[in-house]
Amino acid sequence: MGSLSGWQYYIWQLTQRGSKKESMKYLIKNGRVIDPANKIDDILDMLISEGKVQRIEKGLPEGGCEIIDAKNLIISPGLVDMHAHLREPGREDEETVLTGTRAAIKGGFTSVACMPNTEPPLDNPAIVRSLNEIIEKNALANVFVVGAITEGRAGKRPTDFHKLKREHIVAVSDDGSSVEDDLVILEALRQAKEEGLLVIEHCEDTKISANGVMNQGFVATKLGLRGIPAGSEYERVKRNIELAKKESSAIHIAHVSAKESVELIRKAKKSGIKVTAETAPHYFSLTEECCASYDTNTKMNPPLRTKEDIEAIKMGLKDGTINCIATDHAPHTDNEKDVEFDFAPFGIIGLETCLSLSAMELVEKKIMSWSDLIIKMSVNPSKILGIKRGTLKKGAVADIAIIDPNKEYTYTKDSIESKSKNSPFINWVLKGKAVSVFVGGRLVMKDQELCS
Amino acid sequence: MTNEKKMVWTKKDIIGLEYLSKEEIEHILYTASSFKEVTTRQIKKVPALRGKTVVNLFYEPSTRTRISFELAAKRLSADVINVAVEASSVRKGETLIDTGKNIEALKIDIIVVRHDCSGAPNILARSVKASVVNAGDGWHEHPTQALLDIFTLKSKLGRIQGLNVSIIGDIAHSRVARSNMWGLTKLGANVTVCAPKILIPEGIEKMGVKVTNDIDEAIRGADAINVLRMQLERDAAGVFPSKVDFFKQYGISEERLKKCKKDIVVMHPGPINRGVEMSSGVADGQNSVILEQVTNGIAVRMAVLYLAAHAKRQ
Repeated sequence: MGSLSGWQYYIWQLTQRGSKKESMKYLIKNGRVIDPANKIDDILDMLISEGKVQRIEKGLPEGGCEIIDAKNLIISPGLVDMHAHLREPGREDEETVLTGTRAAIKGGFTSVACMPNTEPPLDNPAIVRSLNEIIEKNALANVFVVGAITEGRAGKRPTDFHKLKREHIVAVSDDGSSVEDDLVILEALRQAKEEGLLVIEHCEDTKISANGVMNQGFVATKLGLRGIPAGSEYERVKRNIELAKKESSAIHIAHVSAKESVELIRKAKKSGIKVTAETAPHYFSLTEECCASYDTNTKMNPPLRTKEDIEAIKMGLKDGTINCIATDHAPHTDNEKDVEFDFAPFGIIGLETCLSLSAMELVEKKIMSWSDLIIKMSVNPSKILGIKRGTLKKGAVADIAIIDPNKEYTYTKDSIESKSKNSPFINWVLKGKAVSVFVGGRLVMKDQELCS
Repeated sequence: MTNEKKMVWTKKDIIGLEYLSKEEIEHILYTASSFKEVTTRQIKKVPALRGKTVVNLFYEPSTRTRISFELAAKRLSADVINVAVEASSVRKGETLIDTGKNIEALKIDIIVVRHDCSGAPNILARSVKASVVNAGDGWHEHPTQALLDIFTLKSKLGRIQGLNVSIIGDIAHSRVARSNMWGLTKLGANVTVCAPKILIPEGIEKMGVKVTNDIDEAIRGADAINVLRMQLERDAAGVFPSKVDFFKQYGISEERLKKCKKDIVVMHPGPINRGVEMSSGVADGQNSVILEQVTNGIAVRMAVLYLAAHAKRQ
């Protein structure tokens, strides 16, 4: 290699590393393969090479492969988070593509859709292209970019969906804000349909939520904190459903938290409107009661609500009203969060806890099976985003999460891969965890250790 | 208030009456009664907090509460420093927790904090080893005000258990109302809150109080009324009733007082908007204990500072 200069050698090394890993053959043995897209739930061996799933059979020969023993483990298509904030560009102090995807892998996610409320926002092709270059260079998992609906996420002039689509965005959203103006969201729905893009709406009528900081009700009253009525969410859900009906277009409702929203979406689906929805684990794991300590890691938007809302969310997940579980991973530094409740930013991280919390609240409590959970966390988000993931059939991209459903662990602050540590679940004992992960046939986490 | 059993005080912070037991509240009242005697002596000072330092950290303007705390600390022989927001680096980017830790580094024993954000004293208390006493936070709690209201009421009527007490006015934005509700219900009073609908916050009945929009219902049969200040500065949206309308519908006038029990106790945490919450005649009349409340405030705050400073830490 003496003839190569420094940077050439570096690039050579990179290419070698990549090709070497992808050329590795892996045999995952004796795992319970759950591949709901192909109706498989059986103890099988899986052969992975050249980045793809090559064979799924019983008793595959072991020669020439690195063996991964998956006895008592679940082999799932890699999880897909359709709602995360990776903060790059602009807030690299909170999270980066690198740290965010490390957190994703740790949580079993092989694909993440990143929201456009960065600084500057992802509202033009140049900024999306430059982010995609960062992703190309630094991401450990697949990152799919969501573009902004309006310029500067200001809710006024729609961005150029056509040009953004050419930079490979998978959806549009002004997440963090709702699009206030009916005409603007109508125009967005129309253009998105033409471009084959999904519109994801953060549903919040700010005339109703005003400057609230937690769910409106007795707890807010007791704490003397300004309330956010559930109506600020469901009134906007109602509008969006009506407009989607009018345009005969699809719309995806982000982070559903209120029981009324669940009911509206259920009815809309029954009447044939193309509405899909997601929720996040904190909306079925925690209630507004958690705010009583004024812990700013319980401050999120939409806010934690009541026991009845939790029940409605769980039922919505069970009966298919809510299609997906997403993280709404929203990193904020300790500096930003260690302030008065009124002054703290909304949001918590979630990539590393999503699977455990969902397994505990939904599978353990017998609301759904592991297969159903994998549908919510991999199959459905892939379908809704239109990405070729969420399946383990022969020839599929080898994005795989190997999950230990019985693994109990304490989620400590030190263990967090995300750059920010704003989680209300720190020091919780959690159960059910991704132990090994493949992205595109590369083993990126083995026995709970990230491989780079 | 005699026959009180000795109690080992364990709370380093006094943040709100929600967090105190009935016995703890009674113990503060008992301690206050012995300090009340001190304030009537010719030499109004005891060495109970000699060598201790109290900081009044005020993020919100206040005259009466600050003076009352300052006087209470001085009568206990503590050294007192007043920090007002305008005169400090607080709004120049230093966080509440940093400010707390800096104050602590000066070896301060007690931080008395007033803040416009609900929960600020809770956050401060878990960040510092010094005692934190809440002098009012947002709409959350104002424990010493409620304690002095209860102290005054108890010294007038001899008991709290079984009394009918109505709290009238801007319940929604009132930390005084919340602390009074916690304290009075824990001590066994029957509490009614009365205000126009817009000033009744959601779920307030779950605090164990009766809610009404009818002033006549609220005052009929009441042993005491606590009339809150209309916080007109909170009315950014302009949806409060006008001053004149409020007085007509909810204000305590001499005529309205005639419908009440003859010896009804009339309280107000001050400062009064005369002619809005109550007429001057009522404020200055013989049922009014408003100035006694101010006097008792010193004894109650002496008790609170004393107990917090001597808390047995676990």
